[in-house]
Amino acid sequence: MSFISNIIDGINLGSIYAIIALGYTMVYGIAKMLNFAHGDVIMIGGYVLYEIIQGLGYHPLLAIFLSMLVCTVLGVVIERVAYKPLRGATSLAVLITAIGVSYLLQNVAQLIFTSNPKNFDSGIDFGTISLAGGDLKIKGSTILTIVVSAAIVVGLLIFIKKSKTGRAMLAVSEDKDAARLMGVDVNKTIAITFAIGSALAAIASFFMLTAMPNLTPTTGSMPGIKAFVAAVFGGIGSIPGAFVGGILLGIIESLSKKYISTTLANAIVFLVLIIVLIFKPTGLFGKKIKEKV
Amino acid sequence: MALLEINNLEVHYGVIQALKGISFEVNEGEIIALIGANGAGKTTTLHTISGILQASSGNIIYDGKDITKMQAHKIVNLGISQVPEGRRVFAQLSVLENLKLGAFIRKDKDGIEEDLRNIYERFPRLEERKNQMAGTLSGGEQQMLAMGRALMSRPRIILMDEPSMGLSPIYVSEIFDIIKSINKDGTTVLLVEQNAKKALSIADRAYVLETGKIALSGDAKDLMNNDTVKKAYLGE
Repeated sequence: MSFISNIIDGINLGSIYAIIALGYTMVYGIAKMLNFAHGDVIMIGGYVLYEIIQGLGYHPLLAIFLSMLVCTVLGVVIERVAYKPLRGATSLAVLITAIGVSYLLQNVAQLIFTSNPKNFDSGIDFGTISLAGGDLKIKGSTILTIVVSAAIVVGLLIFIKKSKTGRAMLAVSEDKDAARLMGVDVNKTIAITFAIGSALAAIASFFMLTAMPNLTPTTGSMPGIKAFVAAVFGGIGSIPGAFVGGILLGIIESLSKKYISTTLANAIVFLVLIIVLIFKPTGLFGKKIKEKV
Repeated sequence: MALLEINNLEVHYGVIQALKGISFEVNEGEIIALIGANGAGKTTTLHTISGILQASSGNIIYDGKDITKMQAHKIVNLGISQVPEGRRVFAQLSVLENLKLGAFIRKDKDGIEEDLRNIYERFPRLEERKNQMAGTLSGGEQQMLAMGRALMSRPRIILMDEPSMGLSPIYVSEIFDIIKSINKDGTTVLLVEQNAKKALSIADRAYVLETGKIALSGDAKDLMNNDTVKKAYLGE
């Protein structure tokens, strides 16, 4: 039973990675850039949750809503101020800027909230479900995390396929200038993508802190990098890929911690990425890019 | 008054000047051909009209309005549509999704449905393949899709960039017939072509571009009999 409960823990962790990875993969797919500050948006979302629930004593649902709002605005502002002026610049310049934004957010958080860890407690009792005569216990929060993450993926897929904005996103992702010729406002479409990714970061933040309550200014960076690994693992740019990559990564991490070594778990996660990239450079769901001559 | 008026247009790529002050006009209902060799500035001209490139000086007047500094996605709204060089269909999307993207700026559902039917009538092969990914179409079919997509915005003027490029001779004739019929149905056409013979055969007037300048202009029929044009562009 402990094996199954480890798998379930892994899926829980993986669902969180998946929600974060969606932000990476959508931004990459549409703006063709790696937003390394994405993990730090999660951290800011976490402080908003903490301050509203434990500082001001408001209801967690209100806190989640406000955290989504703050993260959305933050994501759009970051894109407008830091990345938009670099449209057309080399990808290295954009990457370095993103890393700079990441450190900026961490240091601003440190100034405001200090680097003392805060212990997050949403105050919600999710309960526990006992299965197999009490041998297998599953936390309610675990089930909620998995369900919400799956619902987000399905929702996004429908949104992209069916809505006008979604179709604009697909067009921008394939060919920005051709999209412009259709009347698509490319800057607006990229801003919407950042808004969606950042709102999802706030949701990820809630589930992450529910599972791992320790909140510091660097809380977002490791999950951020791992979610990036998950996105690459699944095939960057692919929404189902981000989900599957996230879940697999969570399971691998959870099982490595249990059966190999807690300290080596992260190393194993990155090793798996390297192996996948050697044998399938485009990731599990990555599209083969055909070069037309 | 001309529908589209280009005045002393200059465009730079960094330090390289691609257009060195060109002027021309397109009247409503005409087919205007812009011919010239590789690198003469034909595509640059169309991209600057569409707002994909910015002019460094000069202006573009459309329907009496200065659109020189307007953003590309707003220019489509005014009724200027482009069939870009190399078709540039959205390869990963279906034929139908491509056509719907062509109508991105429109909100009149019934009108869009009606135009979709008209386009399927004009290009029956697109209807047969409407659920197929655009990237799997042949070059000629992709060209038809690019044209259909451009028509879906109900343009007053359509800019066509090398529609015959890379197509088999049968498709080339078909594409030129289609351009003529699009024009007959009331859409003004600005046609950029390396296939000067075909372009001049369907155009009303033409301009010859040479390294960023207009070298010659006039009635298409006159240009076809012009010795310089014959030598340089018609291979006679």
